[in-house]
Amino acid sequence: MNRKPAILIVALAALHLTLLFAGFLAPYDPTAQDRDLPYAPPTRLHFKDASGLHLRPFVYALKPAPDGYIEDDSQRFPVRLMTRGAQYKLLGLVSLNWHLFGVDEPGKITLLGTDEFGRDELSRVLYGGQISVAAGILATLIALTAGAVFGIMAGYYGWIVDESLMGATELFLCLPWLYFLLGFRAFLPLHLSSVRTFLLLTGVIGLIGWARPARLVRGIVLSVRTRDHVLAAKGFGASDFYVMRRHILPEVMSVLLTQAALLVPRYIAAEVTLSFFGLGVNEPTASWGNMLSVLQQYNVLVSYGWLSAPALALVITSVIYGFLADALLSRLEFQST
Amino acid sequence: MNVIVRLAGLVCLLAVTCFASGTAPEKPQPGEELFRADQVSGHYGGNLTIGGRAEPKTLNPVIATDAVSREITGRMMADLIEINRASQQTEPALAKSWKISPDGRTFTLQLRKGIRFSDGHAFDADDVVFSFAVYLDENVDSPQRDLLIIDGKPLTVTKVDQYTVRFQLPRPYAAAERLFDGLAMLPKHLLEKPYKEGKFVQSWSLSVSPTDVAGLGPFRLKQYVAGQRAVLERNPYYWKVDSKNERLPYLDEMTFLFVGSEDAQVMRFEAGETSIISRLSSENYNLLARERNRTHSQLVDMGPSLEYNFLVFNQNDLDGKKLDGIMTKQKWFRELKFRQAVSAAIDRDSIVRLVYGTRGAALWGNVGPGNKLWANNAIPHPQRSLEAARDLLKSAGFSWNQAGRLIDPSGTEVEFSIITSSSNAQRMKMATLLQDDLSRLGMQVHVVPLEFRALIDRVFQSFEYEAAIMGLGGGDADPNPEMNVWSSSGTSHLWHLHESEPATAWEREVDTLMQQQMVTLEYGKRKRLYDRVQELIAQQLPFIFLATPNVLAAADLRVGTFHPAILDPCTIWNAEELYIRTPVESAGVR
Repeated sequence: MNRKPAILIVALAALHLTLLFAGFLAPYDPTAQDRDLPYAPPTRLHFKDASGLHLRPFVYALKPAPDGYIEDDSQRFPVRLMTRGAQYKLLGLVSLNWHLFGVDEPGKITLLGTDEFGRDELSRVLYGGQISVAAGILATLIALTAGAVFGIMAGYYGWIVDESLMGATELFLCLPWLYFLLGFRAFLPLHLSSVRTFLLLTGVIGLIGWARPARLVRGIVLSVRTRDHVLAAKGFGASDFYVMRRHILPEVMSVLLTQAALLVPRYIAAEVTLSFFGLGVNEPTASWGNMLSVLQQYNVLVSYGWLSAPALALVITSVIYGFLADALLSRLEFQST
Repeated sequence: MNVIVRLAGLVCLLAVTCFASGTAPEKPQPGEELFRADQVSGHYGGNLTIGGRAEPKTLNPVIATDAVSREITGRMMADLIEINRASQQTEPALAKSWKISPDGRTFTLQLRKGIRFSDGHAFDADDVVFSFAVYLDENVDSPQRDLLIIDGKPLTVTKVDQYTVRFQLPRPYAAAERLFDGLAMLPKHLLEKPYKEGKFVQSWSLSVSPTDVAGLGPFRLKQYVAGQRAVLERNPYYWKVDSKNERLPYLDEMTFLFVGSEDAQVMRFEAGETSIISRLSSENYNLLARERNRTHSQLVDMGPSLEYNFLVFNQNDLDGKKLDGIMTKQKWFRELKFRQAVSAAIDRDSIVRLVYGTRGAALWGNVGPGNKLWANNAIPHPQRSLEAARDLLKSAGFSWNQAGRLIDPSGTEVEFSIITSSSNAQRMKMATLLQDDLSRLGMQVHVVPLEFRALIDRVFQSFEYEAAIMGLGGGDADPNPEMNVWSSSGTSHLWHLHESEPATAWEREVDTLMQQQMVTLEYGKRKRLYDRVQELIAQQLPFIFLATPNVLAAADLRVGTFHPAILDPCTIWNAEELYIRTPVESAGVR
């Protein structure tokens, strides 16, 4: 048995658990500004100082220097596990203030540096991932549900239903969706809360994306509906809904799963694109897209490389989902042979 | 043999073109009344390349409104009286002297004798009369026309003799000689025909042939390549000489490259393709400062600019049916204590540090520390205080609910949005800082970046906004250009546009003061009047002033006499004095 799926599942689980427990893993509140520490580079972990080697890593505070910051080595701040810090809601339910790691005040540990407002980049990548990945998954669910329903209906009933639905998919496929969303955003009221913007955004991305899965599903349904067992079920008087649920949906399922693995990273990227252009989630809420938008400025791009961390996170996420889609596809081919 | 002859011919041709590329300056002639720049010394030669943000819209100085067009035409044209960008004072240009009548209504200008346009044609009072006829013509619709109409009446121009012109103002006008800056004198011999044919607006478009353009500026048009560059060459008849009595300008040529965004300009500058870059953001300035040694550049921080960035609340009279959501919030916006509380909660020092990287200044009024002649130094600079802000809100009947949110006397949570231009990274940053500052008072603030045109439309036309972060100023240091912001009928009276009469007692007082200062001739008296205007504005806070950036510029180390100023065009206002240093001189500078 190929061991790749096992590794994949571990990676997938690790990714999502990390984001799910962002509050606990992130050392700081992602929106807390530290106006004395803008563009601080990633904190260096030290093991050695004048007094010798230390088993517990420690960090130094930063003090401003003409070209950025230098470490102030007059005081050590040992890195501690399970520290108390900013309040957060674990899984959106339990209010906690325990964090996996941290240092005592006034020291700061910013492993991925800070952004232009002195906000901890690591905390923002973790929290931003929640938004971006959730947007991707939710939009995929919407697109696939709509795609499956319309695809099955089109394939099963044929004739006028098929014609009109497939006509609609063609319309949606040729839609320049980025421009569509830009225009759509202009019609919305000025201030939507972050949660509402997020839901709307996901809804729109999902609704635009139903066309492709619908066409795939229709193709499969067309071949399935003439198979003997389906015709037999119909002959015994099974209702349309029963046949679709019992005999057609299972056949379509594996295609939908593969599609899901392909669409999630695409929709995460869609959210990132929109937020990058300032159309998505607004400040101060973090999302990978709005975090990356500072890189539009040349000086940030060349001077503060650590601010590209969300891009790296996006690549990792996409690669994991890419391999998943690959694995699902080969399973599908294996089944069909 | 034949080949050698051909080659020799080619070499000769090349040599001729090389030498011909820079037109040699004429020796000063007897009878020419030239302007002598005593402090200036440099040497001839060289081509200076400047990166610009956009392509100019026209080369016609009368109808140019965009900064790039004005920057380029400004190098080819000259005015009667100029504002020296370094001293911010007026100085004689084409007019060698002027007299003001005791009632302040008549200006008599003496023109320089014997000077010539860049095509060699002589300049005299007829050109001046023609130019003003064009500027005042309604059909031409020059942006400068408004300045020349005082109390609804135009100023009148009469030719006294070949070198004397008289201007009659409808009433006394303070600092009227400053009006002449930016009014380029036009060549009557070239433009009278198109003007009479009603084709003036179309003349000197971007496709004009260089021989059809002439001016009195230090340079003249040599070549225009659409979408790429404008090349100017020396005006051999220019009317300024340096300390050695050599005719300016020093440069053979000046090339304006149309580069695009500021970031693109910085990249071109770093690559050595351009030699001067102006209006730098502090981030890019710091970036260039770090690479100063590699790029061999000189960086100049001129201190605070005249621009002021501010937060404005929508206090316009609204259409109740369409915008009732905003109307209910105007109860807060019109409450002085609410605005004072917002002002008290803003951490201006952080704005200066985080947005401008300390290259800027905090503002509490419309005239910043960069305007040395007019700033009212008695305006208080209160420290940020959240306690003071809370007390102000309490005394205005606001309170806080269980969740710590601010609620107004009727129990509504205070929530509003701030719109700002998405293309201005600095104002976006200010908005995010303000959002955090105001959340400490329990206000829920949403930041909404909008495309610039959409923003302008909402602020000036539809009034569909609650608060906005914007910037104004930056033109002249004088109070007169500010008339349209502070007088209640002004076109930039942003917080309450189209007032038929002053909406509040203090706006009425500002109207009176601004009118008075406009007709007061003595600086001391004008200053006192304008001080009071600044005081009223700082007390009433129609705008909540935030900060002003420093004027930052950079140039290649080889550019000599590089003296940027805070007034536009800040780096090339003295284009005729700029020269290219030899490697030895440059080494000395380092």
